[in-house]
Amino acid sequence: MAVRPRPLTVAGVAVAGIVFLLVAGTIAAVAVRADGGAGLRPSDLAAIRFTLWQAVLSAILSVGLAVPVARALARRRFAGRRLLVTLLGAPFILPVIVAVLGLLMVFGRGGWINAAGTGMGLPPVSIYGPWGVVLAHVFFNLPLAVRLILQGWLAVPSERFRLAASLGLGPWATFRLIELPILRGIVPGAALIVFLVCTTSFAVALALGGGPRATTIELAIYQAFRFDFDLGRAALLALVQLAVTVAAATLALTVALPDTLGGGLDRHVARWDLARRWPDGIRIGLAALFLLLPLAALILRGVPNLAGLDTSAWLAAMRSVVTAMGATVLTLCAALPVAVAMQRLRWGRVVEGLASLAIAASPLVVGTGLFILIFPLVDPALMALPVTALVNAAMALPFAIRAIGPQVAQTEARYGPLADSLGLTGAARLRLLILPRLCRPLGFAAGLTAALSMGDLGVVALFADGRSETLPLHLYRLMGAYRMDDAAGAAVLLLALSLGAFWALDRGGRVDAGA
Amino acid sequence: MLALENVVIRLDDFGLRADLAVPPQARVAVMGPSGAGKSTLLGAIGGFVLLSGGRIAFDGQDITTLHPAARPVATIFQDNNLFPHLTVARNVALGITHRRPDTATRARVADALMQVGLDGFGDRLPGSLSGGQQGRAALARALVRDKPLWLLDEPFAALGPGLRARMIALVDAVAARAGATVLMVTHDPTDAAALGGEIVVVANGMAAAPRPAARLLADPPPALAAYLRR
Repeated sequence: MAVRPRPLTVAGVAVAGIVFLLVAGTIAAVAVRADGGAGLRPSDLAAIRFTLWQAVLSAILSVGLAVPVARALARRRFAGRRLLVTLLGAPFILPVIVAVLGLLMVFGRGGWINAAGTGMGLPPVSIYGPWGVVLAHVFFNLPLAVRLILQGWLAVPSERFRLAASLGLGPWATFRLIELPILRGIVPGAALIVFLVCTTSFAVALALGGGPRATTIELAIYQAFRFDFDLGRAALLALVQLAVTVAAATLALTVALPDTLGGGLDRHVARWDLARRWPDGIRIGLAALFLLLPLAALILRGVPNLAGLDTSAWLAAMRSVVTAMGATVLTLCAALPVAVAMQRLRWGRVVEGLASLAIAASPLVVGTGLFILIFPLVDPALMALPVTALVNAAMALPFAIRAIGPQVAQTEARYGPLADSLGLTGAARLRLLILPRLCRPLGFAAGLTAALSMGDLGVVALFADGRSETLPLHLYRLMGAYRMDDAAGAAVLLLALSLGAFWALDRGGRVDAGA
Repeated sequence: MLALENVVIRLDDFGLRADLAVPPQARVAVMGPSGAGKSTLLGAIGGFVLLSGGRIAFDGQDITTLHPAARPVATIFQDNNLFPHLTVARNVALGITHRRPDTATRARVADALMQVGLDGFGDRLPGSLSGGQQGRAALARALVRDKPLWLLDEPFAALGPGLRARMIALVDAVAARAGATVLMVTHDPTDAAALGGEIVVVANGMAAAPRPAARLLADPPPALAAYLRR
């Protein structure tokens, strides 16, 4: 058989190389620029301590609360269960700053909880500070942990529960013999994922943290930029952040991590060891309330203020939409060739690993490196949107590859021989076989990228000024100025844009998908 | 004429030898126990399995190293013969062109669909066809490809016995009109008998030369007898 040059494969390898250069290049820039002379200050050590402390606590709380909720969801069938499980996936595409504002509406100084508390004569609680950061992290990661654990639960063959029933095992014996082993397998991995996510948390710490007691390393990087304009220190902190991420990721390699994008969670496992319904009902109800109340509060406050948004908010929204579109196009153009090359090449796993490398470096570390590289050449504010789109695309790429890869493999396995026998190669193979079969995962990946990019408050905070701020950054500034009505309006707009982009693109992939 | 000269196929711990010739327009059933290498033999002729030794020639031309699409061969696989996202007509038209079909192509496709009894099914998606109709559509594409050698890798295995017999009769009739040679893998001696022609027995690492089906089935050699015994 003649070996032909295959453009998509070549492009896939090239993308992997570019991502590697982006990550390695920015890390190199950070390493060269890092000012080691001054060493770490006490405040930096406090930032490292706080980063680890809040990540551990967030992981323990998220997973600890997720276990009873996942257990209840796995064994109960009720109206709205499917919707609830779908909603549990929503925080992934929910803009962080929007959720933080929602939490403020419920738990903040003038929020519902404090209003109820002072009515009963209780002292006000404050959401700002270390506990606010942990609260927000649990809000985001509890649903993720529930989905991960639910997946493990539903992977148990239903025969095993039938066997338990036929042996007459009670709830406690069933838990010990069947459910505990599942938890042992999945809980460490789930906790580690939450821990990893929380070590690179920036937007939550930016909005709710700060000060000596609640500054994460990422926030310290930002402050070195914005307040001191000390690039050497920012670079040094970026190296510290990188060390923490790499250490945590190395730890993660020793534990089997569950798949975060899995589907099919609307299955229900029939059980025979169930007694009263209400304890499970309470668990599910409380979790749903915790997740839905902040969004409800935000929407109630924000919708009436939508009309009052000024020009700067709408301009920021336009910049966000353009940036998200750019990131989405970039991600799709990168993910498709990588997924194809991964499948065709013997060392496909290397290609996948290189293309996913951005996940090992946090966005702010890459952003710091890019700033150091760009700063001598052009005004960083001019580059804010392209750089944000680029970093968003690099961060979304691993998820896009994971979404597309299996479908490429399946398509080639099923229809590869037929396509070969018909001489379908190159553009014709792409047009007639690969693209039509990939509609769904491509739409999903596009929706994911667009939503993530739309709501991203990270790199853009380093680069942008008033002329180039995106909607999340604008929203953050409104919150900083305590213009809460305007902030709520902008948050509802951002929420609608993010979820709308995801819905439209994901939906677009499903239309016309044929049989 | 199809000629396999000292062909050796080696895949991990599996090995198959073949040294045989198939005359033009023959009807050959390929039989033998599971795992003996029936599909592998067809894969080698179709260009999906590389040879470790020997050569394959068709009408004197060496095709051993040709790309599957460049061989004088149309393959009908066990399943996945149709792209599920394209209409039946478009699937058949892919045997002629990868571009949007023009008027002449559409006419040829319609004619092929008529020959296999799928008149008026062109605009349907494969998912809405029955198993037998999908087999017919795959046959229509083999027809328009205008290749002299058809390889059928158990395409009707999932069909009931009556429908299978009708499909084999259809293959025979359509191939006769096209002047094609047919090699068909099957498990069922009834299919081999229905196809008429000859049988190639694949067993014990060897593909034997074709022998007349009627005589072979009446007095099977040990390898075939062991396979046929229930």
